[in-house]
Amino acid sequence: SSSSGDEALRDKRTRILSRGLPKQKPIEGVKQVVVVASGKGGVGKSTTADIFTITSFVLTQTKEVGLLDADIYGPSIPKMMNLKGNPELTPKNLMRPLKNYGIACMSMGFLIEETAPVVWRGLMVMSAVEKLLRQVDWGQLDYLVIDMPPGTGDVQLSVSQNIPIAGAVIVSTPQDVALLDAHKGAEMFRKVHVPVLGLVQNMSVFQCPKCKHETHIFGADGVRDLAKTLGLDILGDVPLHVNIRETCDSGQPVVISQPQSDA
Amino acid sequence: TLAERTNLAGVRHILLVLSGKGGVGKSTLSTELALALRNAGKRVGILDVDLCGPSIPRMLRVQDSAVHQCDSGWVPVFVGQDKAIALMSIGFLLERPDDAVVWRGPKKNALIKQFVTDVAWGDLDFLIVDTPPGTSDEHISTVEALRPHQLLGAVLVTTPQ
Repeated sequence: SSSSGDEALRDKRTRILSRGLPKQKPIEGVKQVVVVASGKGGVGKSTTADIFTITSFVLTQTKEVGLLDADIYGPSIPKMMNLKGNPELTPKNLMRPLKNYGIACMSMGFLIEETAPVVWRGLMVMSAVEKLLRQVDWGQLDYLVIDMPPGTGDVQLSVSQNIPIAGAVIVSTPQDVALLDAHKGAEMFRKVHVPVLGLVQNMSVFQCPKCKHETHIFGADGVRDLAKTLGLDILGDVPLHVNIRETCDSGQPVVISQPQSDA
Repeated sequence: TLAERTNLAGVRHILLVLSGKGGVGKSTLSTELALALRNAGKRVGILDVDLCGPSIPRMLRVQDSAVHQCDSGWVPVFVGQDKAIALMSIGFLLERPDDAVVWRGPKKNALIKQFVTDVAWGDLDFLIVDTPPGTSDEHISTVEALRPHQLLGAVLVTTPQ
């Protein structure tokens, strides 16, 4: 019948198109990979990835968790996790991840000077991402959280095409231009067949430390509306709080240094 | 080529807006700067080379505009109160504003080259180039494509964080 003929044609087309693509291969020892992305820059991906990773480790106490900073151009994880230095090499020539707060971390930030820019074209970036994924001695991890850079380009494609990803978390502020990019981010993951676990609304509201008056600096509920449009869950709603920023900048994420605070 | 010499020949100053970090206000600043220069009587254009997250069409409420061709190339979209600021962005070339542009470097480079050489900018006092976060393909390609022309310089935007 014509429908089975169409299906056969579609299958053949998919097979031919995917011949040029790299085969997805899981990272040795890593059970599940979750990526934290956004599309837009500066919405709190690294902060969220950082806090989410530490929280899950602290809460479960039994899971081994790793954090990979895939932002080659602007790696924030070393500063947030208070880690510095070049990784050691194992006898098998793999890089040993640096550990703090119980989390194994790897980042471009460990391989270059803090202020050195990385002015690379996509091809070199792909090769760097490949190294950060596969040439690291992750050991046995239950979860590897990958902090993605902004945008929908080479890094995102390389990561999604190289390894199987259990799911993606998209972070956004309620601001219109951020939501536009978050929508594109969700669209990108749909294109590369990565399930989107949900959205995190960051910087949702600011409370004045003096008079406690609340201002929605970036707008209110924009992310909730986008979640409804895309049929996704809201995984979290985080306020814009000085403590979160201060503690991340100083390398002592708020869940460790101030576990009781509202933030 | 003749086109290259013609399309940017009428532009007096080219200014790049960069940051490294995302979300610090590059697009916002580029837009406000363009509007302020326009208010001061200058002829201004904005080139938005953020291919993955083009924010400027939305900021100026022209995200539904289309781009037309003329003899010397693409005609920019004219924005602002008196429709006198010339704007080019990938946002105008997408079928829907939420379409994702998931491209690797070489494809991005090709489009940026076209944005620089094939847009009929006309006579401008200032062309402001808004870039995406990072220091990657878009930045390298933009600077390379603009090299034959006089680049005034770059403005770096950051927050205190």
